[in-house]
Amino acid sequence: MASSSSSVIKDAKVLMVGAGGIGCELLKTLALSGFADIHIIDMDTIEVSNLNRQFLFRQSHVGQSKAKVARDAVLKFRPKINITSYHANVKDPDFNVDFFKQFNVVLNGLDNLDARRHVNRLCLAADVPLVESGTTGFLGQVTVHVKGRTECYECHPKPAPKTYPVCTITSTPSKFVHCIVWAKDLLFTKLFGDKNQDNDLNVRSSDAASSSKNVDDIFEHSKDEDIAQYGKKIFDHVFGYNIELALSNEETWKNRNRPKPIYSKDVLSDELSKQNGNLDNDNACGDGLSVSAMSSLGMKNPQDVWSLRENSRILLEALRLFFTKREKEIGNLCFDKDDQLAVEFVTAAANIRAASFGIPLHSLFEAKGIAGNIVHAVATTNAVIAGLIVIEAIKVLKNDIKSYRMTYCLEHPSRNLLLMPVEPFEPNKSCYVCSESPVLLEINTNHSKLKDVVEKIIKAKLGMSLPLVMNASNLLYEAGDIEEDMVAIYNANLEKVLAELPSPVTNGTMLTVEDFQQELKCNINIKHREEFDEEKEPDGMVLSGWTQPVSAEDNNEESVSNGANTSDAPATAVESENDDDIGIVSPVKKRKLPDDSENSNTADDARHHKQLQVIDDEDDLVMLDGNLDGFKKRRVS
Amino acid sequence: MDGDGEELTAQETALYDRQIRVWGADAQRRLSKAHVLVYGMKGTIAEFCKNIVLAGVGSLTLIDDRLVTEEALSVNFLIPPDENVYSGKTIAQLCCDSLKDFNPMVRVFVEKGDLSSFDVEFFGKFDVVVVSCSSRSAKKLANEKCRKASKRVAFYTVECRDSCGEIFVDLQDYKYSKKKLEETIECHLKYPSFEDALSVPWSALHRRMSKLYFAMRVIEKFEEAEGRSAGDVSDADLSSVLKLKKELCTAQSLNESHVPDTLLERLVADTTEFPPVSAVIGGILGQEVIKAISGKGDPIKNFFYFDASDGKGVIEDISDSNTGK
Repeated sequence: MASSSSSVIKDAKVLMVGAGGIGCELLKTLALSGFADIHIIDMDTIEVSNLNRQFLFRQSHVGQSKAKVARDAVLKFRPKINITSYHANVKDPDFNVDFFKQFNVVLNGLDNLDARRHVNRLCLAADVPLVESGTTGFLGQVTVHVKGRTECYECHPKPAPKTYPVCTITSTPSKFVHCIVWAKDLLFTKLFGDKNQDNDLNVRSSDAASSSKNVDDIFEHSKDEDIAQYGKKIFDHVFGYNIELALSNEETWKNRNRPKPIYSKDVLSDELSKQNGNLDNDNACGDGLSVSAMSSLGMKNPQDVWSLRENSRILLEALRLFFTKREKEIGNLCFDKDDQLAVEFVTAAANIRAASFGIPLHSLFEAKGIAGNIVHAVATTNAVIAGLIVIEAIKVLKNDIKSYRMTYCLEHPSRNLLLMPVEPFEPNKSCYVCSESPVLLEINTNHSKLKDVVEKIIKAKLGMSLPLVMNASNLLYEAGDIEEDMVAIYNANLEKVLAELPSPVTNGTMLTVEDFQQELKCNINIKHREEFDEEKEPDGMVLSGWTQPVSAEDNNEESVSNGANTSDAPATAVESENDDDIGIVSPVKKRKLPDDSENSNTADDARHHKQLQVIDDEDDLVMLDGNLDGFKKRRVS
Repeated sequence: MDGDGEELTAQETALYDRQIRVWGADAQRRLSKAHVLVYGMKGTIAEFCKNIVLAGVGSLTLIDDRLVTEEALSVNFLIPPDENVYSGKTIAQLCCDSLKDFNPMVRVFVEKGDLSSFDVEFFGKFDVVVVSCSSRSAKKLANEKCRKASKRVAFYTVECRDSCGEIFVDLQDYKYSKKKLEETIECHLKYPSFEDALSVPWSALHRRMSKLYFAMRVIEKFEEAEGRSAGDVSDADLSSVLKLKKELCTAQSLNESHVPDTLLERLVADTTEFPPVSAVIGGILGQEVIKAISGKGDPIKNFFYFDASDGKGVIEDISDSNTGK
């Protein structure tokens, strides 16, 4: 095999997108296999937690471009080949269809859905085959996407990030992850993030009603307020008063355990003020990210589960450090899993809330994983997947269509198979990305604005970045580099209700949307509908005929700030502790179709999906035996 | 090999963060105390070494007294392509330098000698022994010595030819735990030795047995009968190999269709490793060794095959207790 392929390998020009876990392995295996012209794009820089598997990187490379360091490292053992590195985002306009056209095959080693969709569209537009991959823990997969021959990356639903109903987060958490979402998206954002962002935390203090002073927001920190006092006030408000307030609503607790309010004086007694006063002189080094409440309090092991008292001390110390050492960042902070102080704060806040609701406490290490949606990753799976990518890439270069396979790397063998090849699926005829099939949008054309359609549908769901919107031959909106007088017209259009646009959009209208960078064009049939269910259809519109994410429609943040936060609406999203990265697909999730008949494809397609459907119970992967019969037929022996 | 002992350092927790999330701090501690020996530094073993050095084993000892050849260089990314640094160094010494660089927390050593020259006491110093590039009898002998050691030594062999790979596993008497739903269950597996596994009559094996199993045995037998070293075959040997296949199939009452000529042809014609297959086999082997050290997860019992031409990675259980199914 090696020798018979040597000429196609030597002459091939390949593009790798991603120089991370899979990327490092892939670049090494490509070079060893004789590939001599490799281009590699990655926007990331190297971090310490990459070093356990991204073996081309060393401690001394931390902070440098992954693409460049990977290139240099591979050239050390294969000096005669050409590797071109780009420290850039693959979504940059430089990487347009013409750029993609120069390659014989594109190999993805990406970590997010958004970039995967973008590369898929460019590969379709440039008519270049794509080999796509993903891993999480011991699971991995490699798929081949060749325009017109096999399904494209977007022919079938992808799992979306988990979301939680707002009331679960704000009032009735039952799992630790709910406390993490609360600590991260509500409390942390309220204290240190953008003040103008909607937030579902109750900010009215206990004495606001009684006092004559108009206290709108207890979180406001006045310049002269003592930071220790402020910390205690916030503590007592969110863990004490707000819980008391929630308890007063008897209806909520009929079938639930009642939470316990926690006040700072009960957990910390009077030692609090003494403690915090003495800590000013330590870890005063300039670098903001090295400030740590754990080190100020002499706590070392991130695997330890702290007591309620320890959590409270960490919380107040972290808050104090933010206000004293990182004051300038307050108002602009976003939670970042690599920000030690932010992780400490969120861990402590989540734990105190968990204690209040009788949920088991977790270590900082565990909390960080949940809060940061950290993808579990090991070198061995990446190495196996990289090997499989190269095997598939060589078949693509030889145009050996009959041998194309998508391969799953399993944790538990299924019928003795640890690596399971499956014949690729045919393109989905109703895929709006690779076959020009229209989508249907139900919307109230007398209420919704063009802006809603552009933001919530065209950008968020159809994944376009620079869209153009047309009604027949009338241009309604265009993003990107345009003349100033047009900008004013388009901005005015965005604010108009659909039916009142210069060329009205009403029941039966067909909109054409286009993204020139992605060379993607799509038609949207408009169907007018009066009423929408606020809880189930919070966008006030329903899109069908597109590849809807499997488990949810929006991500955590959006769901949490969805508005209505009182009712006990059923969860529309699947909840799971094990929140893996989007786009990383276990065989399981990938082939599970929603029951919604509007999303179904041809009968034939649906049958294939059934064959591949597997049960996902927590993190254990179990194949459904009966459904494997399909596999046997499809496999070549 | 229990999980007690010191805590992981902050440095270890930071470096191994992503994998601790997969197998736990306990498994990471066990890894950091494990000693691994590899014999025969070909491309697949280089991949394996990279994987377990990154994973953070306690120590890794390399044996390969050969000097660098063009072929060795072409499949092994641990050997720098610079003759100036060779200066009489063996392949093991050169690989050692590269591996040390991958993870400063892992100690990497070199030993010299032929596989047969090491005694039971030597093997007994290791928790894991991986043998490659060796004859069938040398592997058997090493396996026996590992079994005689005072503590349990996990034994593996691995070979890659053309686009095919084989792994053999002997964990002797192996107990491990695995999670099933909410419960943790204790499992117990009994492995046969290399010799015992190979002496299971072919006619007793199940019908869909991987064809690679038979093909590898035919070639092994051929090399041994001809007094060749492992991998020393070429196109010119094909007719003799096919003749031997016929004899073996007759003696073992196995239908010859189970050992296709085309497969033997591939294995004889191209004995160099195919790097993508080395990556796959080296990855699977690395994972198996991590499982065996940590005592977590179902290990392979007792052969694994991968052939890039059909893409299947198959586990075969070849032992007395498991015949005729």
